[in-house]
Amino acid sequence: MRIHADQEKCCGAGSCVLAAPDVFDQRDEDGIVVVLDAEPPAALHDAVREAAAICPAAAISLTG
Amino acid sequence: MTTAERTDAERETGPGARTATPAALAVPAARAGGCPFDPAPEIERARREEPVTRATLWDGSSCWLVTRHEDVRAVLGDPRFSADATRPGFPFLTAGGRELVTSTPTFIRQDDPEHARLRRMLTADFMIKKMEAMRPEVQRIAEELLDRMTDGRDAADLVTEFALPLPSLVICLLLGVPYEDHAFFQERSRILLSLRSAPEEVRASQQELQQYLSRLAESKRHTPDDGIVSRLVARGELDNGDIASMGRLLLIAGHETTANMTALSTLTLLRNPDQLARLREDPSLIKGAVEELLRYLTIVHNGLPRVATEDVSVGGVTVRAGEGVLCTLNSANRDEAVFPGGDALDVGRDARRHVAFGFGVHQCLGQPLARVELQIALETLLRRLPGLRLAVPFEEVPFRHDMGIYGVHALPVAW
Ligand code: HEM
Ligand code: SF4
Repeated sequence: MRIHADQEKCCGAGSCVLAAPDVFDQRDEDGIVVVLDAEPPAALHDAVREAAAICPAAAISLTG
Repeated sequence: MTTAERTDAERETGPGARTATPAALAVPAARAGGCPFDPAPEIERARREEPVTRATLWDGSSCWLVTRHEDVRAVLGDPRFSADATRPGFPFLTAGGRELVTSTPTFIRQDDPEHARLRRMLTADFMIKKMEAMRPEVQRIAEELLDRMTDGRDAADLVTEFALPLPSLVICLLLGVPYEDHAFFQERSRILLSLRSAPEEVRASQQELQQYLSRLAESKRHTPDDGIVSRLVARGELDNGDIASMGRLLLIAGHETTANMTALSTLTLLRNPDQLARLREDPSLIKGAVEELLRYLTIVHNGLPRVATEDVSVGGVTVRAGEGVLCTLNSANRDEAVFPGGDALDVGRDARRHVAFGFGVHQCLGQPLARVELQIALETLLRRLPGLRLAVPFEEVPFRHDMGIYGVHALPVAW
């Protein structure tokens, strides 16, 4: 799995951070998403899929 | 008649005929007498039988009502639906709501890129890390309010003593608004959010709040602090009027919503003793329980308004450019396709896909704060008052049927 987060689309309410705190964080200066681990281990895949599903701005895309 | 058939029939007869559809559902629709926690029965029926349906508003104009979880997310996530209330066709729930359009809009009623530009000035202030760091402060406020509420008494109104002051104190602290002025802004908020307020009253309240916050912004130019208003002033990109508009949005959204969720959640738990017992037994359920209460209660209960800027197909129905849409979050949050058995409260449910905070780029900016406040308020209340109970018969609890944000006007409790 490879994660791409679109920082232009992100509206910064942090749902992804709640769903998968080991994988997503928010930039200190503006609260916009940052991916901590773009190729997370399998154990985190469910949480990442949940994060992508609840992202209100469709800013998270998954490949592979 | 299926939705697809009806749209076809309407396409032939034109939009005039569509406005006159006799079966159109009148909104806001009343909840059923006995079930103050459930959406109006007509809306539930619409979701099952005709999920994108016509509705008639107070002024006789009509719009589409979108009731399924999937369709609500699709509309709110689609930039072809605008939140700009100055566009023709935008659906207003009240005359007061339409009245507000003439004054300074806030970003909740603007589209990208302007919406994003303004919202991004605040996203850092409400991000998860910042709000998590507020926990000790929120906890202290909750404990102090309960100390005062229980001091020498065994009964009180939970709304005035706890549910309302907690988020009011917190949002004042964050914004840098003096809490001494709470009676002033709480009363103006009440008028702005009441479905019964006269348009003149609404306009006057809006202006008074605007002037108050404008003066506050001006004062921060001379005596800065580390509140949000002061930091917006320091950015130097906005004038006092713009800052006042943003402050107004945050002040109102920041105290009314959490206050009503706190009181209504408490009442709901008291009415569902098995769920309350589970939560008392295992306080680690609190985070999930708050999501479930957000879903089950969906206090932003009248439908989020949008207007189509192009023809868009929604759930098999063509919404024409210029037609209004109301996205009923409370119906979406009871959709069996996503929440099986969703008419029951289940504090152990995975409710994370609820849309109580909306969806799309306008999804609630304050949700990390609301979560921290609700988790702390409910956990502290249940821990400190093991004998908490309703002090009046359930039938006498005054529900906020008349308000844009649902809840209870008062909640007399004893312990
Ligand atoms: C339980 C509590 C809350 C609920 C249920 C709630 C619900 C909502 C909903 C449904 C929207 C979307 C409106 C739309 O799309 O038209 C929204 C937007 C918003 N909320 Fe909340 N809210 C809550 C608490 C808060 C708090 C504590 C704040 C803090 C300041 C806040 C600030 C905002 C702001 C600024 C917006 C506009 C966002 C935008 O347009 O980009 N809310 N809220
Ligand atoms: S959930 Fe989506 S919009 Fe929200 S912070 Fe994460 S990437 Fe951004």
